[in-house]
Amino acid sequence: MTSLPKEQPAKRLGLVIDLDTCVGCQACVVNCKEWNTGGYPAPLSDLDPYGAEPRGAWLNRVHAFEVEPEEGAPQVVHFPKSCLHCEDALCVTVCPTGASYKRQADGIVLVDEDRCMGCGLCAWACPYGAREMDPGVGVMKKCTLCIDRIYNQALPEEERQPACVRTCPASARHFGDLADPESDVSKLVAERDGMALMPELGYRPTNRYLPPRPRRDGRGADKPKALEPAEPQGGFLAWVDRLLAD
Amino acid sequence: MPDGAASDRPIALSRPPSDEIKTSTCYMCACRCGIRVHLRNGQLRYIEGNPDHPVNRGVLCAKGSAGIMNQLSPAKLRKPLKRVGPRGSGNFVEIEWEEALSIAAERLGKIRAEDPRKLAFFTGRDQSQALTGWWASQFGTPNHAAHGGFCSVNMAAAGLYTLGGAFWEFGEPDWEQTKLFLLFGVAEDHDSNPIKMGLARLKERGAKIVSINPVRSGYSAIADEWIGITPGSDGLFVLSLCRELLRAGKVDIDFLGKFSNAPQLVIDAKGTAQHGLIARDEEGRALVWDRKENTAVPFPGTNGLPAMTGRYTLADGREVVPAFELVARRLDEEAYAPEAVAERCGIAPETIRRLAAELAEAAFEDAPVREETWEDGWGRQHRQVVGRPVAAHGMRGISAHSNGFHTCRAIHILQLLLGAVDRPGAWRYKPPFPRPTPPGQKPTGKPHQVVPGKPMPGPPLGFVTGPEDLLLDGEGKPQRIDKAYSWEAPIAAHGLMHMVITNAWKADPYPIDTLFLYMANMAWNSSMNTGGMHAMLTDKDPVSGEYKIPFIIYADAFASETVNYADLILPDTTYLERWDCISLLDRPICDAHSAADAIRQPILTPDRDVRPFQTVLLDLGARLGLPGMVDDSGAPRYPGGYADYIVNHERKPGVGPLAGFRGPDGKGRGRGAVNPRQLDAYIENGCFWREEIPAEAQHHRFANQAYLDWATEMGFIESPAPIMLQLYSEVQQRFRLAAEGHGEIQPPEDLRGRIGKAFDPLPTWYSLLEDESNDDSAYPLRGITQRPMAMYHSWHSQNAWLRQIHAANRLYIPRAVAEAQDIADDDWVWAVSRHGRIKAQVRVMLALNDKTVWTWNAIGKRAGAWGLDPGAPEATRGFLLNHLIDELLPEQGGYRFSNSDPVTGQAAWYDLRLKVVKMTPDEALDAARASEPTLNPLPGMGKGPSRLLFEGGKEEAS
Amino acid sequence: MHPAPSVIAFTALSGAGYGLLFLLGLGTILRFAWADSRWVMGVGLFVALALVIIGLLASTQHLRRPERAWRAFSQWRSSWLSREGVFALLTFVPAGLLFLSAPLVGSSGWFPWLCALLALVGAAATVFATAMIYRSLKPIRQWHHPKVVPVYLLLGLGTGAALLTVVLSFHAGVRTAAIVGAFVLLAAWAVKWLYWRDIDQAESSATMETATGLGAIGKVRMLEPPHTEENYLLSEMGYRVARKHAEKLRHLALGLVAASIFLLLLTAAVGSGWGAMLIGWAAALTALASAALERWLFFAEATHTVTLYYGRAA
Ligand SMILES: Nc1nc2c(c(=O)[nH]1)N[C@H]1C(S)=C(S)[C@@H](COP(=O)(O)OP(=O)(O)OC[C@H]3O[C@@H](n4cnc5c(=O)[nH]c(N)nc54)[C@H](O)[C@@H]3O)O[C@H]1N2
Ligand SMILES: Nc1nc2c(c(=O)[nH]1)N[C@H]1C(S)=C(S)[C@@H](COP(=O)(O)OP(=O)(O)OC[C@H]3O[C@@H](n4cnc5c(=O)[nH]c(N)nc54)[C@H](O)[C@@H]3O)O[C@H]1N2
Ligand code: SF4
Ligand code: SF4
Ligand code: SF4
Ligand code: SF4
Ligand code: SF4
Ligand SMILES: [Mo]
Repeated sequence: MTSLPKEQPAKRLGLVIDLDTCVGCQACVVNCKEWNTGGYPAPLSDLDPYGAEPRGAWLNRVHAFEVEPEEGAPQVVHFPKSCLHCEDALCVTVCPTGASYKRQADGIVLVDEDRCMGCGLCAWACPYGAREMDPGVGVMKKCTLCIDRIYNQALPEEERQPACVRTCPASARHFGDLADPESDVSKLVAERDGMALMPELGYRPTNRYLPPRPRRDGRGADKPKALEPAEPQGGFLAWVDRLLAD
Repeated sequence: MPDGAASDRPIALSRPPSDEIKTSTCYMCACRCGIRVHLRNGQLRYIEGNPDHPVNRGVLCAKGSAGIMNQLSPAKLRKPLKRVGPRGSGNFVEIEWEEALSIAAERLGKIRAEDPRKLAFFTGRDQSQALTGWWASQFGTPNHAAHGGFCSVNMAAAGLYTLGGAFWEFGEPDWEQTKLFLLFGVAEDHDSNPIKMGLARLKERGAKIVSINPVRSGYSAIADEWIGITPGSDGLFVLSLCRELLRAGKVDIDFLGKFSNAPQLVIDAKGTAQHGLIARDEEGRALVWDRKENTAVPFPGTNGLPAMTGRYTLADGREVVPAFELVARRLDEEAYAPEAVAERCGIAPETIRRLAAELAEAAFEDAPVREETWEDGWGRQHRQVVGRPVAAHGMRGISAHSNGFHTCRAIHILQLLLGAVDRPGAWRYKPPFPRPTPPGQKPTGKPHQVVPGKPMPGPPLGFVTGPEDLLLDGEGKPQRIDKAYSWEAPIAAHGLMHMVITNAWKADPYPIDTLFLYMANMAWNSSMNTGGMHAMLTDKDPVSGEYKIPFIIYADAFASETVNYADLILPDTTYLERWDCISLLDRPICDAHSAADAIRQPILTPDRDVRPFQTVLLDLGARLGLPGMVDDSGAPRYPGGYADYIVNHERKPGVGPLAGFRGPDGKGRGRGAVNPRQLDAYIENGCFWREEIPAEAQHHRFANQAYLDWATEMGFIESPAPIMLQLYSEVQQRFRLAAEGHGEIQPPEDLRGRIGKAFDPLPTWYSLLEDESNDDSAYPLRGITQRPMAMYHSWHSQNAWLRQIHAANRLYIPRAVAEAQDIADDDWVWAVSRHGRIKAQVRVMLALNDKTVWTWNAIGKRAGAWGLDPGAPEATRGFLLNHLIDELLPEQGGYRFSNSDPVTGQAAWYDLRLKVVKMTPDEALDAARASEPTLNPLPGMGKGPSRLLFEGGKEEAS
Repeated sequence: MHPAPSVIAFTALSGAGYGLLFLLGLGTILRFAWADSRWVMGVGLFVALALVIIGLLASTQHLRRPERAWRAFSQWRSSWLSREGVFALLTFVPAGLLFLSAPLVGSSGWFPWLCALLALVGAAATVFATAMIYRSLKPIRQWHHPKVVPVYLLLGLGTGAALLTVVLSFHAGVRTAAIVGAFVLLAAWAVKWLYWRDIDQAESSATMETATGLGAIGKVRMLEPPHTEENYLLSEMGYRVARKHAEKLRHLALGLVAASIFLLLLTAAVGSGWGAMLIGWAAALTALASAALERWLFFAEATHTVTLYYGRAA
């Protein structure tokens, strides 16, 4: 039902995305589309695919931002964005048909497409733009956390990971249980001060973003000790001679 | 993870994703990752990275993940086509393969019988250059090259002539141990996934990544430090670093003295034919100065390190100086002082000094040392393996300039000074490299080597070591249509594909009959002066009414722009429909730890009347009776097509296209008899073969006897002789001497200056040739492109998924320029070069060198091409920077040189100078529309569906 | 936000319909003289229900899968959209009975009285639920605002009153109806005016810096969107109306209300008869037009936080 789970879900499965290593290659975007267009939310359709206005349903998008610090060079940050599987998921509670729901077992937010009437209200309710109406079949699509991979007994254990996580060449995406402080993802978040997006709206997203590490452009403590002339008099070649002499 | 979903709605969680999985090798780009292709009801369901594969270890990039849409593309060619209307009109008729092949065979047969040079056979992004090159020499024409000449020959040549290996795909940083990584001018590169995996590893290990790049995006975005250098000035920057390191004595004298030609004695005899050459004994062994005996002895000498400095007199009275002293004196010049280069590079002097200090620290402070005895090729025993955890990698940002060869060499000089070559933590070779500096193979195609009806005695491409190796005719004029290995581009190791159309059209040096292209979009993104190309391709001789380029055969798989300008089109299969081999004889996929090669297997059967090009090429060869392609009875030698050739062809006894699973028992590696079951063995192994290099043979490979023996046994090198690292380049000096008037073969008068300047045995830098003809006031900006990570050149506009990420490109301009000309995001501008002007929609960028504008490469498309609606954004809002790049430099003394590096002939794409001019409001109003006439659709080519409901084997696209 | 005609028509028309229903109910309960006129009640209820039905039908245009609309009644526990549906449905029962019974038993007696009470409550509740759908959407600051609900209720009532004036053209009650209408509209637009002032001054709490979490490093700007062409998010939530254009439309809307208020007062002045009929119509139509315009602006001026990711303020 579109009321949120009564008690805290036992697990809080989600993604941790490392903005320090994401190179913006879009692999996660396309592999997500590829897996899911034949998977649980099938199809992720595309309109006018070879025409003037190609547009399709995607569950994951990668933006690029520029950030200008007080001092030092401007930075570019590639920014992947998919459903953050929020704890206070307004997208779920606004849904009139019961199509949108948050799983009790693991907190995954899903759309039960057979119930969806395509009103779009849940997309309005999502601050992050994580829901897209399928232009072909007129139902709401969103990240499923690859629910048909992570629990899929037909896949070997090590492959029960979201498609985007497995395909990311820069290891910038991590999947796990953020409710378990001992999980790798929770540790990452603790070590690197993982951030929640737009906390002020109070959706309490499960996904976390690891901020870019401070750049090392010689401003910080990492200054090397300056080079000294090898041989004040006689210059470099004299130094070589001396070096070889002994 | 157990399914705790009991309380939740039931979902079919464990549906098997597919009913069949086949392995192969991706070909959405040239990186050649291993893939696992899932099929459901015989249809593509999912393509994922192969976790066992050495290249990508399970990851897959955006392009690879969109392979399914390439297969569904409406732009796929369907059947051989013959031009009926005027060339360029796009009027074709579909013909049968038999007709197509006999047209080609008849034409080519005639050429071969009369003058084989009249066939120019050039290939682009293919991975079968071992086959195409062999085919060309069996045909007997010197006019063959692959895309290397317009790609990164500077990288390859500078590396192979200096280290016997190169950046590009011939080496890689030691991702596991390097502490400081310098990345020069790389946005994406061929090692697409490996570099990303490597950078992630560096991040994980806390190593520092410094990216030297005018633009901070992609890899540069995650770099710890970004050096926003001004294009074309890297040489200065690097030599300045070298200078600082030298002056501080932070160089690895021991390494240089033992493994490079630094101690070798250079003859100082100004004005003579010997000046600048290395002094040798009667057996041709290079001499060094033994400091104890105070006499010249053959390298490496016996009593410890020979002299590295000083001036000596040989027994025969010749004055000699160790190469190292010459290099040091050059680097010590004031011209390379940080203050002297700062303005030109756009880098503060103190930044250069600090980076030099960081390099010294990383290279020499607590460098990893391993107790391990090993023997080098000169019989010297070493008790330790000392690491140098500083690595560099560079690519087209360095090579795609007219000073790229020496800039790339400068980076290798830096590596040599630090002793950071193939040592733990440093840049390391990938097999089959290192090879001799340079590799032994010379180019073939001298007049006496080109005989009607006969094959050439060797391959068209190779490595020259002096003027005597150039391919010149009687008058010293170029012998190849692209003028490779002529005085215009003496070390053109990969040819000059970007000049073929222009030269053929001008009949300079001579007219050709047939231009045979394969997998190269020469009428669009792989040519400069794109508009001019269209004119030349369609230009007729006013007298004869014949096309200036009489006949054009093109093999493509998709409806590219070039298809429109061909006379005969041979439609190829897709990478999921054919056999391929990724061969060590071609561009290898090895890594620093292992040798590897791979295959593609047909996973789907074509639904169209297309054939694998390699099979077609072998068929043509057989029809022409080319030696090696027919047996003694004249019957086809490889009736089974390319697969047959892959298994049964032998280049040398025991050496074939695939190095794995050789011999009757399939146990042979490297060399070995033909194994009829070889392909099955590859398929059983996941479509690749990998051989780990013995641990003791994984360092100092240029001299490590263990490696040299292993490599010889594997057939990578001819003999286990050590490979001399070239701090000093004698080859360069030989050409310079010729320019100064020495030797039999000398450049024509008007080229002496150019050669004398461009060829230098010492590290050097000269300004971009384009700059000599552009004053800053007229064209103050530099125009460059970057590879988008989610698009491969022109390929992927027909891909329904990838084009949703990049359907149009912007011109990124620095804030300074935007403010000065009051240009804002989304405004339309004219980009203007000395050659022409194009429209572009801008986006302002902060993290950008303030003299530089850039755009994504090859997103803009010709309206009507690629199976797209003529109103597609690619044609209306996209643009192709190539329209602004002239393939020729402005006239000098009645002649126009090609827009290339004078040493190698590398296309100087990134020398482009331009300015931006804001459009007037009414110009801007209809800016978003195609600027060239729409191409006609090809016969039998549908428009493609108006919507895709692809479910991977469940439902058809509707 | 994209101003979808279907939703604008729905909220404006059904709003007026429910407003009229509310007043008819009120009249019945308070035993106004006109409530005894079967003719007035018949026509009045017919107009009210017709508007509501037209509105509801229009709203289904907004659904991509209308055949599943029936499911929307299921989630009344959590969803205001669902509640709106449920309330609308429930309201039909008493309103329908009232409509059917009025010609027969008239509006006196306990039965019509009860139906009227339920219809009145239902009408108010439905409009309230409609307003709450928007009011509860945090990502859209112009909607997530305390004045949204009052405006919806008052506008519904005001336009309803204007319609009642027409219905009462030939009845003594027309004066009161017109005056009430005038004052409610005045109140509605006063609140709307304050609302506009609020949203023009208020800053969004969400910024590109909070949306990306990169504020700690510095000022954030968009470099490249994830897709070069328009997608669902942008066409649905990226809609932007030019500041100047919005200003013009606001003035037009205010002009229209002013006109309809004036016309209502004029109706009150001339009193029942053909004059009232004519002017009343003019008043009602201008009132509805201004309401539709208000609704259009309500969407067009609303900004969604998702646009932050595309480099635009929210
Ligand atoms: N401005 C600018 N220009 C550049 C560059 C740049 O950086 N900036 N880069 C240069 C470089 S480095 C290169 S390598 C060139 C690349 O340019 P090209 O070598 O021309 O490569 P593409 O245009 O990507 O592909 C050529 C053709 O291969 C076809 N093709 C794809 N798959 C297959 C197949 O399976 N079989 C066959 N037969 N054909 C196939 C495609 O349809 C396409 O028409 O561009 C060069 N041009
Ligand atoms: N996704 C994808 N991958 C590809 C390709 C593709 O089209 N798409 N093409 C393949 C091919 S054929 C090739 S050759 C490789 C090329 O791989 P790259 O070398 O990465 O090619 P570019 O994208 O041209 O990158 C050139 C980089 O150099 C920078 N640059 C330009 N001028 C200078 C300069 O003077 N100095 C410095 N330091 N930097 C400079 C540019 O900003 C850009 O970032 O990529 C291969 N891989
Ligand atoms: S795949 Fe990884 S690196 Fe590439 S865009 Fe996605 S998160 Fe970033
Ligand atoms: S990110 Fe959006 S769609 Fe996902 S749970 Fe949160 S609100 Fe819902
Ligand atoms: S679009 Fe579908 S999932 Fe979203 S609120 Fe409407 S019915 Fe629920
Ligand atoms: S978890 Fe699965 S559905 Fe979600 S973004 Fe990653 S790939 Fe897409
Ligand atoms: S980098 Fe991408 S496109 Fe290239 S081979 Fe690997 S997966 Fe395929
Ligand atoms: Mo290339």
